[in-house]
Amino acid sequence: MADAVTTTSGPLVRLKGLKRYFDVSPPLLARVIERKPRAIVQAVDGIDIEIARGETFSLVGESGCGKSTVARLVVGLYGPTEGSVEFDGMDMQERRSAAEMSVIRRRMQMIFQDPFASLNPRWRVFDIIAEPIRAFGLANSTDEIRDRVNELLAQVRLTAADGSKYPHEFSGGQRQRISIARALASKPEFLVCDEPTSALDVSVQAQILNLMMDLQREFGLTYLFISHNLAVVYHISTRVGVMYLGRLVEVADTQSLFRRPRHPYTRMLLDTIPDLEMTGRQRAPVAGEVPSPINPPSGCAFHPRCPHANERCKVERPNLSSLDGGSVACHAVEEGRLPMEERTYAAG
Amino acid sequence: MSPSTAAAPLLQVRNLRVEFPTRRGTLVAVDDVSFDVAPGEVLGVVGESGAGKSLTGAAIIGLLEPPGRIAGGQVILEGQRIDDLPYEQMRKIRGARIGAIFQDPLTSLNPLYSVGRQLVETIQTHLPLSAFDARARAVGLLKEVGIPGAETRVDHYPHQFSGGMRQRVVIALALCANPRLIIADEPTTALDVSIQAQIIALLKGLCREHGTAVVLVTHDMGVIAETADRVAVMYAGRLAEIGPVRDVVKNARHPYTRGLMGSIPSIGGHAERLTQIDGAMPRLTAIPSGCAFNPRCPQAGVRCSIERPDLMRAGPSRAACWLYDSAGVGAPAAREAARG
Ligand SMILES: Nc1ncnc2c1ncn2[C@@H]1O[C@H](COP(=O)(O)OP(=O)(O)OP(=O)(O)O)[C@@H](O)[C@H]1O
Ligand SMILES: Nc1ncnc2c1ncn2[C@@H]1O[C@H](COP(=O)(O)OP(=O)(O)O)[C@@H](O)[C@H]1O
Ligand code: SF4
Ligand code: SF4
Ligand SMILES: [Mg+2]
Ligand SMILES: [Mg+2]
Repeated sequence: MADAVTTTSGPLVRLKGLKRYFDVSPPLLARVIERKPRAIVQAVDGIDIEIARGETFSLVGESGCGKSTVARLVVGLYGPTEGSVEFDGMDMQERRSAAEMSVIRRRMQMIFQDPFASLNPRWRVFDIIAEPIRAFGLANSTDEIRDRVNELLAQVRLTAADGSKYPHEFSGGQRQRISIARALASKPEFLVCDEPTSALDVSVQAQILNLMMDLQREFGLTYLFISHNLAVVYHISTRVGVMYLGRLVEVADTQSLFRRPRHPYTRMLLDTIPDLEMTGRQRAPVAGEVPSPINPPSGCAFHPRCPHANERCKVERPNLSSLDGGSVACHAVEEGRLPMEERTYAAG
Repeated sequence: MSPSTAAAPLLQVRNLRVEFPTRRGTLVAVDDVSFDVAPGEVLGVVGESGAGKSLTGAAIIGLLEPPGRIAGGQVILEGQRIDDLPYEQMRKIRGARIGAIFQDPLTSLNPLYSVGRQLVETIQTHLPLSAFDARARAVGLLKEVGIPGAETRVDHYPHQFSGGMRQRVVIALALCANPRLIIADEPTTALDVSIQAQIIALLKGLCREHGTAVVLVTHDMGVIAETADRVAVMYAGRLAEIGPVRDVVKNARHPYTRGLMGSIPSIGGHAERLTQIDGAMPRLTAIPSGCAFNPRCPQAGVRCSIERPDLMRAGPSRAACWLYDSAGVGAPAAREAARG
């Protein structure tokens, strides 16, 4: 749909050795007087991902593992501490003219979890959606803008009349439709969606997920989708990356990840999915909680919770290495001491 | 009221109605809700946000925030009517005979006191134990809810615990006096998936051991499917369906429940699109006449927009739907497609 600027044949998005640390130390004076140490959160600690055109790449993981930070790095809301984000072959860190940056920014948009916080409560829906059209100069006359906004409202299954209302007059699901319409206004190719349905009821979630899949098909969109809900991720993704404490522990295509999970943490996450089929499968609740990202455990960060951890795991950090088309970061897998596991699911 | 017998339900909710007087008129948030909970049973209450789940729970434990009030019906615990008790008497019942667990563990914990002090206070309010014995019971409870190092942790303050650990403490607090009933409102919603599984397993295990009944309010069908014996589905302040968990999840009778179940993404399925119910649950100010679901219902007939269905027998469940009435829904309703 969009008038592409440069279109290389490589992946649309490439993250290389991406890191983002946050300094959460007490103020300097307190550190000196109370002898408190510096504290650095390693929110994202070296991530490599390639996202192909037209695919939905999902990130899953428990709260605080760095998913939202990756999302914000990708759209440029945060700068990386190290590493790079490439969009369509262009390194986002390179210096560019404002005009060039604006062209790139138009091509990627973000949708947030809380559709209320991300919509200006004092603007009418029409103006919220028209704003990017005006900002990027995508339409000139008032008539053109109006037609485009109405087209966008229709695309997210709202009506032209809804344009004259304010965000508070809408339900959560409708507000998320407004966010999507605004994100689509600049005709992007790439959407970063951070928990877009987590604040919604399941029935509304179904409407939004269906809408997102329809729009993807219609406009050839590429998604980076973030969620902690594995069933949603299963439903919408082409490939999935599992994060733990700022790092990827496993990347695989959706079917492989859910049917033949390799990493112990992926298996643990899959074990936590409530069993709607009531097949009598006994869920073994996992021990422990996510450790603090300020002082992550040595070696493999998952070792304190891992049933397969050994001495090597406590000292040596496993790297992500390719395996059967996906990749896994685990010593036990690499050493071949972790038996394969086939999982079956009732066809829903 | 007749004295309770062994066969009698632990909790009876009869025609419960909760209202909010507002400047623009009275909002009916819970309307004509009736159900029983047997001793030791887990009743799941599900529905979309705003359906009236939390208010139903709050009405049972007498914690409705004014101006919200019980405007009709009765709540009967072990044969005793409790909805009309004076505040002080109700306060004694809370804790002693009904425990409460809320979504945010911090609402149940005082940040200024150690968890041990809070446990001991609650225990001594309801049980005739010495300080020493109460503390021993507090440590025992913390152990039971899976807090490692309970002997030292008992002296820690709420902020020193993680979210999952805090919810364990709240469960311990709710269990202090061995209540017969626990009202748990979204007890795992604020927690991570892995912690969610731990807390659900814990709650389920404890209630089985202690024979405690639970009213589990949640919007998460997965949690209900794994935990509840029976499920009540709420829609726009009323019960749409109530029945054994397996029937409600696998063989829903009410068209709303069917849509709700279909909209849950499942792993292993190949459905390209999820089943979706078009439109949204009505606001309290605009509840449709007749069956509140009729503007969104694919099976609605002319009768549905005129007459309001009460719960009626539908297989092993009961559903508030004219499809299960011998006279049916009448001629198909003619109307424009609901907006999605
Ligand atoms: N601006 C910031 N300043 C300091 N620390 C931060 C900041 N943003 C994130 N963090 C920390 O970085 C880690 C990763 O946070 P992030 O928000 O990316 O997690 P997440 O995976 O999105 O979690 P959730 O599932 O809860 O949304 C957390 O420990 C968080 O507290
Ligand atoms: N203080 C209040 N004033 C007016 N309406 C309220 C108040 N509290 C709750 N309600 C309304 O009552 C309905 C049911 O609320 P609630 O029981 O909290 O829903 P649920 O727990 O199912 O999400 C909602 O429509 C809500 O907006
Ligand atoms: S590297 Fe060791 S501790 Fe980490 S997941 Fe693999 S087996 Fe477990
Ligand atoms: S009563 Fe009518 S409108 Fe209501 S659920 Fe049944 S068929 Fe649908
Ligand atoms: Mg996040
Ligand atoms: Mg609620």
